[in-house]
Amino acid sequence: MGYVLTTKQANEIFAELSTQYRLFAPKTFGNEGRYSDTGCVRYGEVTCVEDITFDKKSEYSFKEAILPVMQTLFYFTEREVTEPKVDDKKTMIFLRSCDIHAVKRLDEMYYKNGPKDYYYSLLRDNVKFVLIGCEQSFENCFCVSMGTNTTDHYDFSFCKAHDTYEINLKNTEFISLFEKVNASVMEVKVPFVTENDVKVQIPDGLKAKVTSSTIWDEYDSRCIACGRCNFVCPTCTCFTMQDMYYTDNGKVGERRRVWASCMVDGFTDVAGGGSYRKNYGQRMRFKLLHKVYDFKQRNGFHMCIGCGRCDDVCPEYISFSNCINKLPEALKEVDQL
Amino acid sequence: MDINTKKLKKNAFRVTKVRGYTASRIRVPGGHLDVKFLPKIQEIADKFGNGTIHITSRQGFEIPGIPFEKMPEVNLALQSLIEGLEINQDAMNEGYPAAGTRNITACIGNKVCPFACYQTTAFAKRIEKAVFPHDLHFKVALTGCPNDCAKVRMHDFGIMGMTLPQLDPSRCIDCKACVNACKKKSVGALKTENYRPVRNEEKCIGCGECVLNCPNMAWTRSEEKYYRLTLLGRTGKKNPRLGEDFIKWVDEDSIIKIILNTYKYVTAYIDPRAPGGKEHIGYIVDRTGFDEFKKWAMEGVNLPKAAEVTDRIYWSGIKY
Repeated sequence: MGYVLTTKQANEIFAELSTQYRLFAPKTFGNEGRYSDTGCVRYGEVTCVEDITFDKKSEYSFKEAILPVMQTLFYFTEREVTEPKVDDKKTMIFLRSCDIHAVKRLDEMYYKNGPKDYYYSLLRDNVKFVLIGCEQSFENCFCVSMGTNTTDHYDFSFCKAHDTYEINLKNTEFISLFEKVNASVMEVKVPFVTENDVKVQIPDGLKAKVTSSTIWDEYDSRCIACGRCNFVCPTCTCFTMQDMYYTDNGKVGERRRVWASCMVDGFTDVAGGGSYRKNYGQRMRFKLLHKVYDFKQRNGFHMCIGCGRCDDVCPEYISFSNCINKLPEALKEVDQL
Repeated sequence: MDINTKKLKKNAFRVTKVRGYTASRIRVPGGHLDVKFLPKIQEIADKFGNGTIHITSRQGFEIPGIPFEKMPEVNLALQSLIEGLEINQDAMNEGYPAAGTRNITACIGNKVCPFACYQTTAFAKRIEKAVFPHDLHFKVALTGCPNDCAKVRMHDFGIMGMTLPQLDPSRCIDCKACVNACKKKSVGALKTENYRPVRNEEKCIGCGECVLNCPNMAWTRSEEKYYRLTLLGRTGKKNPRLGEDFIKWVDEDSIIKIILNTYKYVTAYIDPRAPGGKEHIGYIVDRTGFDEFKKWAMEGVNLPKAAEVTDRIYWSGIKY
């Protein structure tokens, strides 16, 4: 079922939704780019359609709405442990097709990889997903190669078409929302990308032996191990724990989990002083093969969704997709060993 | 040959070692210009000069080998450059109205450079508009960040861009990129406490390395643009020295006001017998004492809340 909304109608719907949901969408943070006089598109809470940035890819992904950078798990005093209050409002996330595929990866990790993760469920269980269509591919996108360019898994779509907004409704629970504002009913087709400039070909016969290739070595010097690629990635799920004791009373505090990056120093530190993958090229190897090889071995589909955010953000202009395309060469090399 | 050398110097020409020949200096405030102006510079050099130009140390162009008698024609030819580069002028077609206050120089700034905290050329042009033309010997330079590529500490007024870093602790993942960058590339104003960076406000020089190196946008730049204003550095024979810090976290309006106030101060106190009417401001301050200078300079200046003013400056430098 489809609707077309005027801006006024769309904002009436946003107002209505805001009573029950916190709306997360890509928005422009005007002065918050790394460089002076630059902005940054990333996820934040929105209250009206004008807040949403439709025409750019967000530098950071939607994942921080359900997998916060820092999540307090509980507060502890000497005798008691209390959980933080969870917002009564549900969450609605505006995101693109590739990112909806990323949700599947996050769910795989936190719902299915061992017991269901309680803290993830707290935020994730009641999330609604609103699809933003893609009129065209952005720079560095390779969703078509990864098969993430189309999706049916959304509650409704919300696409900007000149001065109107087009809705394709999947979840009938929201029918009244659109009927209430007298939205004009119309057949609406969600735009999906069918071709990207960047294409990758993950070799069929990829095997673990490829770890011993020399293709990783160039990243020893090119990579600076900053971790930007992990933090912008919608499918990176690693975290570390922090027990923080309040300074005025060292016996009380909180336990948090915080994003961790396999590219950043300290990720592999273990008790006794051990640390692994000290070379940055080996970190690149570990990350890349996790995204396009061993995750699939376990779960049946690739972890990487081809959003290209890692390429967009890398200050050293290292391209993940370019590295994927070196795999056939790497395979050939290790086969000769 | 009868030439008024005082007049020609004021007109941005100079007396050269070749008798009868002069050179014309074209000022380019902020050191950045549209290439559409280059053909005119080439034309003047070809037609009136010796077909060469010198890129001056103050980011202008100097056209040498011009016979004195060609000066009026050169001034006519310069008109489109003077207008195009928006140089204040008293009378059209008569060239530059003054040369004492030198071209305002600037590093490339945030047009290109990732480190720069502001648009250096735009601010340079704003200062140029406020102070030029003036016969007093003032040197002003701007640089985008505390790296000071423009060497502003060797000028009367040195302006360095700063940003007041803002931390969103909820985005920090304790990777220590900021702490390490600050320690290795800057002043080591950050340390980790309870898994978060803590900024030593006294030490911080506002360079923005923390913002540049933060992989998760936990550090961002302040909405307001801030500057460090350094005072009365100089080159020269007598006592070359680096400018010292006057105000940290100062704003654009205050800087312009302080420079304009200094013109009044110098007019009141310059040595009336100074050779060529030219005396570095620093020597005047050495004579009147810093407190007297400061009284004049700060007249009517409304500093931003964050501003830290040095009580009294003592310069060092080379003495013979």
